[in-house]
Amino acid sequence: MPTLEIRALSAAYGPVRSLRDIDLDVPPGAITAVLGGNGAGKTTLLRALSRTLRFHGGTATGTVRFDGHPLERLRPDRIVAAGIVQVPEGRQVFARMTVADNLRAGALGAPGGRRAAAEALDRVHELFPVLARRAHQSAGLLSGGEQQMLAMGRALMARPRLLLLDEPSLGLAPLMAQRIADTVREINASGTSVLLVEQNAAIALRLATTAYVLEVGEVTLHGPADELAASDEVRRRYLGVVDEAAAADADRAAGTAVRALSRWSA
Amino acid sequence: MTTFIELLLGGLSIGAVYALIALGFVVIFKATEVVNFAHASLLLAGGYVTAVLHDDIGFWPALAAGIAGAAAVGSAVEFLVIRRYRGSDHSVLAIVTIGVDILLTTELTRRMGTEVFSLGDPWGDRVLTVGGVTLAQTRVAAFVAAALLITVFLLAFRFTSWGVSMRAAAENPRTAALMGIRLGRVSLAAWAIAGALAAVAALFLTVFPTPGLERATSLAALKAFPAAILGGLDSTTGALAGGLIVGVTESLATGYQSDLSFLGRGIGDLAPYLVMVIVLLIRPAGLLGTKEPARV
Repeated sequence: MPTLEIRALSAAYGPVRSLRDIDLDVPPGAITAVLGGNGAGKTTLLRALSRTLRFHGGTATGTVRFDGHPLERLRPDRIVAAGIVQVPEGRQVFARMTVADNLRAGALGAPGGRRAAAEALDRVHELFPVLARRAHQSAGLLSGGEQQMLAMGRALMARPRLLLLDEPSLGLAPLMAQRIADTVREINASGTSVLLVEQNAAIALRLATTAYVLEVGEVTLHGPADELAASDEVRRRYLGVVDEAAAADADRAAGTAVRALSRWSA
Repeated sequence: MTTFIELLLGGLSIGAVYALIALGFVVIFKATEVVNFAHASLLLAGGYVTAVLHDDIGFWPALAAGIAGAAAVGSAVEFLVIRRYRGSDHSVLAIVTIGVDILLTTELTRRMGTEVFSLGDPWGDRVLTVGGVTLAQTRVAAFVAAALLITVFLLAFRFTSWGVSMRAAAENPRTAALMGIRLGRVSLAAWAIAGALAAVAALFLTVFPTPGLERATSLAALKAFPAAILGGLDSTTGALAGGLIVGVTESLATGYQSDLSFLGRGIGDLAPYLVMVIVLLIRPAGLLGTKEPARV
């Protein structure tokens, strides 16, 4: 049985439908990736799971089960207490608070007392030693990569069983993106399931065991990550790999319409 | 010189009381982004409860009841009005609080009539004289109590889990919710604390040398608005600085009124607002407020 089971999930912001009948499973102990471009509904999906859609003027229908327990009526704090914690897109650290206070804030929603929080803090410092060194600095002064580490560390303070990651590599230098990817693998290796939402398909497909492709609110492809990585469509659309023969075919099929396009740079 | 020191100390004392009110005002603004125009009526409610009960149950229990009462009124406003609002425009809520203020103040002044209530404080009109400087005991008590409460509040804000959740929710409510922080609870606590602080302020606004609790007390409470605004609407330390500035300005302007007679009478009441305007012209976000365009 999957850890997280999403069935017929739809979401809308007022009249604007953002997700349509999504079915998605996150197996226990695995990394599952959701790929898609801007506006595909990736962030909406995570908001629906964390039950924070209404703060953004949205509503959701459908069923979401976590270890068999329905989640779709719970308050956001009950979701966190149940073990699902999100690292939001754009990091969203509390910039005016210190690094230490940011981590403290992360532990507020978790069950368990001081002891549990102290253990979680040790673990976070072990994963991200830089957060221990900068504990008393204000979070707004950290670099982008360090802020991403803080955002992830803050989520880990709640000792999640399922971590929702929204574009962790966004706006980071390639080297830093790689470090974050390694950390995601490390977090997963210690037993936390991960649902990873990414535009950077190369990173996501390398990390994940299964992946879903989301396009304008619908799942268009899903399967084992390595199969998706090998498929022509994903390679062309998300990995930027151009298969010469396939590209030539497409050109012939499209006829002169394609040739009429000229490059902007002369 | 003695006059100056007396005026200065008196000003600091009343300023500390304004700071108490302004602090509650700022806490509500930080936690809920609502400018609470009903603050003066919270204060009046707290004072009224103390005034009515002190004869029967004694001053200290009555004060405790007043504090609890004002906290309850604040929580009720949050729970019945603020929480029900589903929109995102907080200026609408600010206007709603004007309505709440009118309702509460009307009911309270109807009950109070033209009477002037004593709150039954133990200090009476006794004075303290140190080295030729004379100060009412009530002023000393006001300063000590306000300083104590503000210190406790700021320490809690800085160090407790409650403070962390408060600051996180104030800075980024959506993300705070993702951490499992309950925004409703944070907002309720803010309104309750603001009410409690206002009730303490009500006591010290109505003790000697003021005649007692009356309709006009809510006007005195209004001076906390310039205090909060000139300090920076979203800064707790700003509320403190603002309160003290307003108190001292008012005290000095009133004390030296005769020397300022070319400005006409009543300059003491006007001075806080003048200072506010001048500060805002120089620093639009207030003395310690956050400047809007933040680094992204």
